[in-house]
Amino acid sequence: MHTMTINNRETDLQVMKPDMPVGIVGYGAYIPRYRLPAEDVAKLWVGSSNRLPVSEKSVAGIDEDVVTMSIEAARNVLVRADVNPIDIGAVWVGSESHPYAVKPTSTVVAEAIGAVPNTQAADWQFACKAGTEAIQAAIGFVGSGMTKYALAIGMDTAQGRPGDALEYTAGAGGAAFLLGTSEESVATIGGSHSFVTDTPDFWRRQNARYPQHGKRFTGEPAYFRHIAECAEQLMNGLGTKPSDYTYAVFHQPNSKFPKQVAKILGFKTEQITTGLLASDVGNVYAGSALLGLTAVLDAAQPGDRILLVSFGSGAGSDAFDLSVNNRLSSCQNLAPTTKDYIERRTVIDYATYARYRGKLALK
Amino acid sequence: MQVPRNWRLQKQRYSLIGEVCEHCGVKLFPPRDVCPECSHGAQTLYQFTGIGNIHSFSQVFDPPNGHIENTPFIVALIKLEEGPMITAQLTDIDIEQVEIGMEVEMVTRKMSDDGVEGMIVYGYKFRPPVVD
Repeated sequence: MHTMTINNRETDLQVMKPDMPVGIVGYGAYIPRYRLPAEDVAKLWVGSSNRLPVSEKSVAGIDEDVVTMSIEAARNVLVRADVNPIDIGAVWVGSESHPYAVKPTSTVVAEAIGAVPNTQAADWQFACKAGTEAIQAAIGFVGSGMTKYALAIGMDTAQGRPGDALEYTAGAGGAAFLLGTSEESVATIGGSHSFVTDTPDFWRRQNARYPQHGKRFTGEPAYFRHIAECAEQLMNGLGTKPSDYTYAVFHQPNSKFPKQVAKILGFKTEQITTGLLASDVGNVYAGSALLGLTAVLDAAQPGDRILLVSFGSGAGSDAFDLSVNNRLSSCQNLAPTTKDYIERRTVIDYATYARYRGKLALK
Repeated sequence: MQVPRNWRLQKQRYSLIGEVCEHCGVKLFPPRDVCPECSHGAQTLYQFTGIGNIHSFSQVFDPPNGHIENTPFIVALIKLEEGPMITAQLTDIDIEQVEIGMEVEMVTRKMSDDGVEGMIVYGYKFRPPVVD
């Protein structure tokens, strides 16, 4: 048997950086039009609306899925990036609600935006951090010179069992990012770090319709440990501290957790407010932290520094340090902003939600 | 479900790719082998902007197979800004909000599927712009 070395390493961690500086060349958000108030869910299952985790969540329309939503976010990226899609060398979509178990989401997206056929395409999966790991891989692809541009998307139409705690928050939305050289970017990636362990806080088996979770186990050993350690190690590696960042964005399964982890790490409320969208859209899973980043990029100014930390159950976090460049100001309003999508809002009732999310059996 | 047929129509359905006639300059959607204006062949692919106006519309209550989950839905004649008139579903809009002449933009959405185990077909629909 192979004997493994127990990893006691604590001090010699190295932040992940590519050989050549890489940045975000374009970004794009997508949030569907429909909203289900948490009060409506509470009324049905518990009869009281005390202590709701969000005020409402976004719901995908009957003709939407991760493919269609990723296409719209990717088109917003292309408008802001102003690059020829045939130069995109990788199209990667991270999600836990890919429409097919076998048949890639990414090839449909690549076809729709005109990136085919000479491109890499793949679907990523790691609960809510599937999008940020695609960004890390894209940084490697571009930073090593393997491709000029790589497109990384985090998008979900999250599933929640009727009556489960997740039903209040399991929302729909996400964001897409085109990674390219730092010179032409709107924000340069200063470095990245990942922190993962085998922590079973949330899972969905191959043919199960809805996920299961460890209830309160999802907090301390899962969300808080991974985000806090990942963020601290990135900041240690880069020699930065919370006050160096204009904005911080953390994965947002509800509106309480990100505020708590921000406090643990020493960030102030004003640093996280711009990117904290959970109360308006719920938890959009693989799109959650990334959608927060698009809201920050919509508001940020050259010179601002951003800390982004995702969390995926199972469990792990990816952290990124970003510095905003001059080019951001000229492309913020070229495509709909995240606020535009949040304000495009039609409230639906539980019955309509049940129909749109396929919870009514017609056959 | 005709998998090869849907596959052949992908480019035009996902992205509104039609043709431009190099001889008389007319923009064509759907793409054709022969220009209906000047009868010349060999058209060049053209990516439509996806912006148009509603010429007329109706609501479908008795749908063809594969569209039952989506019923009732709105179908409109849309005059694209480059000229062609096409038929497409409207989405992200309620029937009482639809007006003749209103501006709409193309989005790619699910059109139908062949049951829970079959292919999903994606294609163009139109909606009011997210930003006015």
